[in-house]
Amino acid sequence: MSRADAVASAPPAAVPAGRRPRFGAFARRSPLGAVGALVMLVVMVAGLAAPLVATYDPTRTDAAQTFVPPGPRHWLGTDHLGRDIYSRLVHGARVSLAVGVACALLGGIGGGAVGLISGLAGRRLDAVVQPVLDIMQGFPLLVLALVMTAALGPSIGTVVVAISVPFIPRVARVVRAVALGVRETTYVEAARALGAGGLRVALRHVFPNTVAPLVIMTTAQLGSAILVEASLSFLGLGIPEPYPSWGRMLSVSATEFAQRAPWLVVFPGLAISLVVFASNLFGDGLRDYLDPRLRF
Amino acid sequence: MRAFVFRRLGLATVTLVGMSIAIFVLLRLAPGSIVDLLFSAAGYVNPVEKQRITHELLLDRPIVVQYIQWAGALLHGDLGKSYRYDVAAARLIGPRVPVTVELAVMGMAVALLVGLPTGIISATRQNTALDYGLRIFSLAGLSMPAFWLGMLIILFLVRVAGWIPPMLYVPVRENLGLHVLQFLFPALAVGYRSAALINRMTRSSMLEVLREDYVRTGRAKGLAGRVVVYRHALRNALLPIVTVVGTEFAFLIGGLVVTETVFNLPGVARFLVDAILWRDYPVVQNLVMLIAIVVVLSNLAVDLLYARLDPRVRYT
Repeated sequence: MSRADAVASAPPAAVPAGRRPRFGAFARRSPLGAVGALVMLVVMVAGLAAPLVATYDPTRTDAAQTFVPPGPRHWLGTDHLGRDIYSRLVHGARVSLAVGVACALLGGIGGGAVGLISGLAGRRLDAVVQPVLDIMQGFPLLVLALVMTAALGPSIGTVVVAISVPFIPRVARVVRAVALGVRETTYVEAARALGAGGLRVALRHVFPNTVAPLVIMTTAQLGSAILVEASLSFLGLGIPEPYPSWGRMLSVSATEFAQRAPWLVVFPGLAISLVVFASNLFGDGLRDYLDPRLRF
Repeated sequence: MRAFVFRRLGLATVTLVGMSIAIFVLLRLAPGSIVDLLFSAAGYVNPVEKQRITHELLLDRPIVVQYIQWAGALLHGDLGKSYRYDVAAARLIGPRVPVTVELAVMGMAVALLVGLPTGIISATRQNTALDYGLRIFSLAGLSMPAFWLGMLIILFLVRVAGWIPPMLYVPVRENLGLHVLQFLFPALAVGYRSAALINRMTRSSMLEVLREDYVRTGRAKGLAGRVVVYRHALRNALLPIVTVVGTEFAFLIGGLVVTETVFNLPGVARFLVDAILWRDYPVVQNLVMLIAIVVVLSNLAVDLLYARLDPRVRYT
């Protein structure tokens, strides 16, 4: 365990040794990326502090206050059951961001592990793993997630698994490519000559090289994960009630009442787009900062 | 070349077999038997009926036999039976295929018509205000849920343009103009994301190529800027773009699932969602397989196109 910890704190290869990545340096290199990071931070804090930031109970219905347009009492209006949209959005931020982060991390860790093993453990295992990844990647992301939630039944765990599993082959491919390149370098040869075992080579020498692409891909997936969760919820297969989620706020009821109360449609969609936009800005900035050669 | 095509075809077949096994196993992970689910969804009560369906779906046979029977039937074009509608699934799916194909093709056309030119403009005018504007435009496309964009388009059409899109599907023969309009807006909604990705890939690929020596040579010997950009740079920048178009096509199919729902188009993707919600598993299984075939074939097409476009790709 301590070895893994030591590796995790080792500086990523693209940033020269002795220069630890700092937010200030990142912000100078990529101001837009810094803006993205700040927006995400604000939304995260708002989501975590939802009970304090929200003006109403997100689940409280009020028959006398249905379809109230945005105004001083209800900042973003109310829905068909008289629930406050702003409060629901703030609480929904928790779900959307938690699911997004969990999926991106799971996909990153899973894909990183598979890619590292596939790249280093020898040709025979690689020959088995690659076709499996091909098969997984053959399904459109949303279709695979849909079928998995349908098969496993709707719950938060299912949704997280259903969204992160399709990420694994995408990450694994990139990490494997890096691992294959590093495997042939002289320093790995030197390490082996000094008697380093497979695990030590993998964690100490190859893994640090994959940190930059791994971080970049994980942030890139954060946005996709939020979008897929929203799509699943929109179709009625996402995070189940009673948790308010942005995608479900846009589902059936919003479509029905869109003409009467456009704010039902506009604000949850804006929230999703804003967060995904911010995470994309952050991801792009991070890519430019850590490894300008990468592009996907 | 021929050996290359055969190898690729073989690989595609293996992938498809793998995908069919994956779907088959995945849907059998569902808690409870399919028959129980069908019963609770359809409201059957007769135990004799239940036994008949169990037998009909071969659920009383070993799983390997079930798979072989299903795959065999599929190879013969038998899409099985929808338990919700109690008719052959092919009769329900058949008329929906053209709708989805039309939407996918139009969506991809929108993506190419928007993504390619904007990408070229961004690359040739790097770091100008126009480039920044186009980059924000493309990043926005990657950030918006397709179904929300669809909702906004409908909202806009009704509120601002005062035009209510037809709620029911308009066949070509009935009214060509209305038919095209009915597909244009969902195609915009579903194509925007792909346009954004194509834009980004075109931009970065073009930027890389524009720094190559032969581009400088072209300029040095006095070729017109346009000739250098389109004849020399674009042709070489096209390769990674082709790959993105291929993989995006698969993603586009995923996007159709929500877009068809929003625009109330009777396509295959929406039918898949309905089948999932109604737990009509035999239909789900076959539809997902159908999608898998389309995706694998489009990947194959990209591979072959790639080999044709790039003489450096060895046909081995």
